[in-house]
Amino acid sequence: MDGAHDMGGVAWSGPVRPEPNEPVFHAEWERRAFAITLAMAMPGGWNIDMSRFAREDRPPAEYLSKSYYQIWLAGLERLMLERGLIAPDEIEAGKPLHPAKPVAKRLTSDGVAAMLHRGGPTERLATRPALFAAGDRVRAKMIHPPTHTRLPHYVRGHSGVIERVLGCHVFPDSNATGAGENPQWLYTVTFAGRELWGEASDPGLKVSVDAWEPYLEPA
Amino acid sequence: MTGHHHDHHHDHSELSETELRVRALETVLTEKGYVDPAALDLLIETYETKVGPRNGARVVARAWADPAYRARLIKDATPAISELGYAGRQGEHIVAVENTPRLHNMVVCTLCSCYPWPVLGLPPVWYKSAPYRSKAVKDPRGVLRDFGFELPEGTEIRVWDSTAEIRYLVLPMRPSGTEGWSEERLADLVTRDSMIGTGLPKQPHEVA
Repeated sequence: MDGAHDMGGVAWSGPVRPEPNEPVFHAEWERRAFAITLAMAMPGGWNIDMSRFAREDRPPAEYLSKSYYQIWLAGLERLMLERGLIAPDEIEAGKPLHPAKPVAKRLTSDGVAAMLHRGGPTERLATRPALFAAGDRVRAKMIHPPTHTRLPHYVRGHSGVIERVLGCHVFPDSNATGAGENPQWLYTVTFAGRELWGEASDPGLKVSVDAWEPYLEPA
Repeated sequence: MTGHHHDHHHDHSELSETELRVRALETVLTEKGYVDPAALDLLIETYETKVGPRNGARVVARAWADPAYRARLIKDATPAISELGYAGRQGEHIVAVENTPRLHNMVVCTLCSCYPWPVLGLPPVWYKSAPYRSKAVKDPRGVLRDFGFELPEGTEIRVWDSTAEIRYLVLPMRPSGTEGWSEERLADLVTRDSMIGTGLPKQPHEVA
């Protein structure tokens, strides 16, 4: 979807502000929001692409005014409400008011290390040959899907070069909607800075994105 | 969003509202049996005390000290990094990119906050902020100036936008004057930012 999350090249921001000796979390609620989000994926059964969509699919003013973990929290609440795991009145009340929904599994402390170690690898066995090879010229398609996509707006319509073939990976555009993993070939595509930003751009700049085959056409 | 983060501590009412909401949510989820508070504690402890940029610094130090390891890291970083025991969530597929006198690499995620957790831990606020996510792909030299350094004229800049599940680790250049140093000493030179590409390693005189 087109949204405020798709920030590459957007002009309205100020300087980057590094924070010396930054702590991992800035408040106790950030710690809890982080941990609840990681833990709830197991009983909740959603995937990372559904999580990302739940975070980014909100009005720009809301996305831009919330802090990072406030967006995580809003995304998590939506995923749980959609599945009936919680109800709005329970958040208000701060206690359960309706029976719990049966869940297949939950994360216990003895399962944490294994869950983190396992992660969520996205590479899958290829069922057909890759359409492109390193060195091929390609163009990022001009697409504006209303659903989740990982093709950033700033490369759309621009041509670049396939730099690496990264294997066949879960396709977020399908996985986010519940339509299945639908694995697709994934490529690192490199664009000249001047192709993306015009003649005033640094001639020594190259920018790459990792793009799935359905995002690309021969150029 | 997080561009405004620094202003949030002026706004106590909003913060406490969020605090109360998270507390309420955790109570509901715990009492409904969906989450185990001990597991939550362990997740937090893991990322506050065990998984952080010291892991990545060890990887870089080994690559500096051992040419065969460096070659394995550049060829296929995921197994090379797992040789040191670092693997898993948000680092399932890692690519290491090497800085040279002619090429500087920088990593960003313009769409969210993708970051190689097993080697760098959780991302800092600036990495997730609007200014970094918007500027890194368009004006990376300007970003480096925000971090207080100027890249020499003529150096090529390569920005890696982490749009898929591939995570990028920058292998910075080894500072001169460190010949014969142990991996442990070399690791002390490796900053988090030097592995993102927004900083350089420390110089030998900066560490005791």
